[in-house]
Amino acid sequence: MITLADQFLVLVLLINFVALGTSRLIFSIRAVAAQGVILGILPALIHPFSWHLVGIILMILVTKGFVIPLLLNRAVRSAEIKREVEPFLGYVPTLLMGAVFTALSFAFAGKLPLLPEHQNYMFVPASMATLMTGFLVLTTRRKAISQVIGYLVLENGIFIFGLLLAEALPVMVEAGALLDLLVGTFVMGIVINHISREFSSLDTSRLTSLKEE
Amino acid sequence: MLLAALIILPLFGALVSWLIPYDRLRPKVLSLFTFAHLGITIQLLTFTPPESPDGWFHFDALGKIVLLSTSLLFLTCAFYSIGYLKYRRERSNRVICIGMLVCLSAASLVTITHHLGLMWVALETTTIFMAPMIYFNRNARSIEATWKYLLICSVGVALALIGLYFLAYATIVAQVEPSLLLDDLMRDAGKLSSGWVHAAFVFLLVGFGTKMGLAPLHTWKPDAYGEAPGLVGALLSGGLVNLAFLALLRVYQLCLATREIAFFQNALIGMGLFSMIVAAVFMARQADFKRMLAYSSVEHVGIMAVALGLGGKAIFGALFHVFANGLSKGVLFLSSGNIHRSYNSKSTDHVRGALRRLPWSGGLFLAGFIAVTGSPPFAPFISEFTVVSSAFIQGRYIVGTLFLVSLGIIFIGMALTVLPMVMGEAPPDSEKTSYRDSFWMVAAPLFLLLLVFLLGVWIPAPLMTLLKDGAALLEVRP
Repeated sequence: MITLADQFLVLVLLINFVALGTSRLIFSIRAVAAQGVILGILPALIHPFSWHLVGIILMILVTKGFVIPLLLNRAVRSAEIKREVEPFLGYVPTLLMGAVFTALSFAFAGKLPLLPEHQNYMFVPASMATLMTGFLVLTTRRKAISQVIGYLVLENGIFIFGLLLAEALPVMVEAGALLDLLVGTFVMGIVINHISREFSSLDTSRLTSLKEE
Repeated sequence: MLLAALIILPLFGALVSWLIPYDRLRPKVLSLFTFAHLGITIQLLTFTPPESPDGWFHFDALGKIVLLSTSLLFLTCAFYSIGYLKYRRERSNRVICIGMLVCLSAASLVTITHHLGLMWVALETTTIFMAPMIYFNRNARSIEATWKYLLICSVGVALALIGLYFLAYATIVAQVEPSLLLDDLMRDAGKLSSGWVHAAFVFLLVGFGTKMGLAPLHTWKPDAYGEAPGLVGALLSGGLVNLAFLALLRVYQLCLATREIAFFQNALIGMGLFSMIVAAVFMARQADFKRMLAYSSVEHVGIMAVALGLGGKAIFGALFHVFANGLSKGVLFLSSGNIHRSYNSKSTDHVRGALRRLPWSGGLFLAGFIAVTGSPPFAPFISEFTVVSSAFIQGRYIVGTLFLVSLGIIFIGMALTVLPMVMGEAPPDSEKTSYRDSFWMVAAPLFLLLLVFLLGVWIPAPLMTLLKDGAALLEVRP
């Protein structure tokens, strides 16, 4: 089962590159949704069956795979934008940086004092690479929606690490974290709506009136 | 039982204010529920329930200190809102009332739990529910502030979550029972894998430091405090800051147990002093008085961080500063909100002669400035003096000197903004709105100022015991 989990993690890493390389917002929302669905399936592959597990998996699938993408899609539609134009850093450089970060994550994870049973699997490097990808998207894109997507990718990266810790994390805490993520995305969606109404654009580089003179 | 009421009652209040269709009634409901919350808090302080058997809920001295100051501040702000929201009839106050009550509930949860995961969830909840309140003014500037706040704080708190995961992984690597309960972690601290623990502390410091607004992670603060209504600014700078500080205190307790404390203390001193220097630089010639207050908040979280980093006697100063800073920030933000209402401007070019136009609010603002800059006989003087003297007693002359110099520059910088605002005559071109000082909008900051004054001259015995118990939890044991 673990090898299957590893293959899914490879998919997660590939989706990172989709999020880094595409300029179509709807497409990157779908990519993040797909990543969320994979993260929902992963716990089923590595943990023994329990009703708690079923509950968690359902929650992840519904929030990450369905509700959050729905919220983001609505925001994109009401803002009437389709593409991320002119990011602060171009697509090719960010893709290259993403590749470098991924390689570094693998090199670094090999040096970490991991448990022997985690040593040969990709959870830790995949988590770090996804985290870095999230940061990259967050910092290099102009559109508010893209920044939210970056935040979600970053959260996914943290979540992959959390898969190793199922015994330490009670269901209530996981559910709470997911709920926070959901409400957070909901609020961000509303703010995005207001940004597009106020500035007739989702360009966060226009948000510059507040600074020290 | 009462602990549950502490969480559920404000949530019930939020539900009630969601259902009530009248804007006029809602602030009163808010006041009623915050009043009940303070009542329960005091009851819990006198008759503390024992730790819950699973170790999740433990209302210790540190939690008590933060909960008491938070509950007091929320109560005062709720009564202030009765007067304030009358002036803001143009839009519904549903969001702000619900947001305050949900934040109060989550804040209580942060203070009573010893499960770090649950604490994280509650802290993130306060971050999210504050965002719509910052956006209360619904204009381009406030949306920019809200966006920066939401994104930076969410990412910051997410980094803290990684830190917690690292801690949990350290327990798994050490082959002890995997857990995120503070007491379990402290018990097993000696066995934990040091590499993971070290990394965890770095992430936790960055994460909670962002939420607290320690420089260089403070960039959201001037914008959010500047654009939010004074009422929300008071809650942010006097309430949420203390919650993030409590989270750092929990990390500190863990550090003490794992003997990584020297590293963590040095990082705190470094970030704290840097915050104070940044505040000193940006406070000078600040033309926007609400942004000036934001930098004052950066300064005071810096003071708390330095105090924590020094350890020893300074810990008492840090814990006392939770009250001193929280309450005096309340005075400043609430009275500055009144001045803002009257002049319809927060630029010092337009706001002059506030003492003449608004004797109460102007006077309170001036007194708040004197208190917050650490002049006797107000409470911040005691905490700041404790910190400075223990820095010199410990022989950390450089830290002590930098601390004093920053305080001096900040005093001058703040005076150059505040004194022209309250003294003199209003310029003829400045706007004059229909705002008049009303009972609740003066009584609320006045009450806080009296508390700050009272604590400056006399610390009641129960509070003293509480502070000492709290400091004992943070002492380095041989």
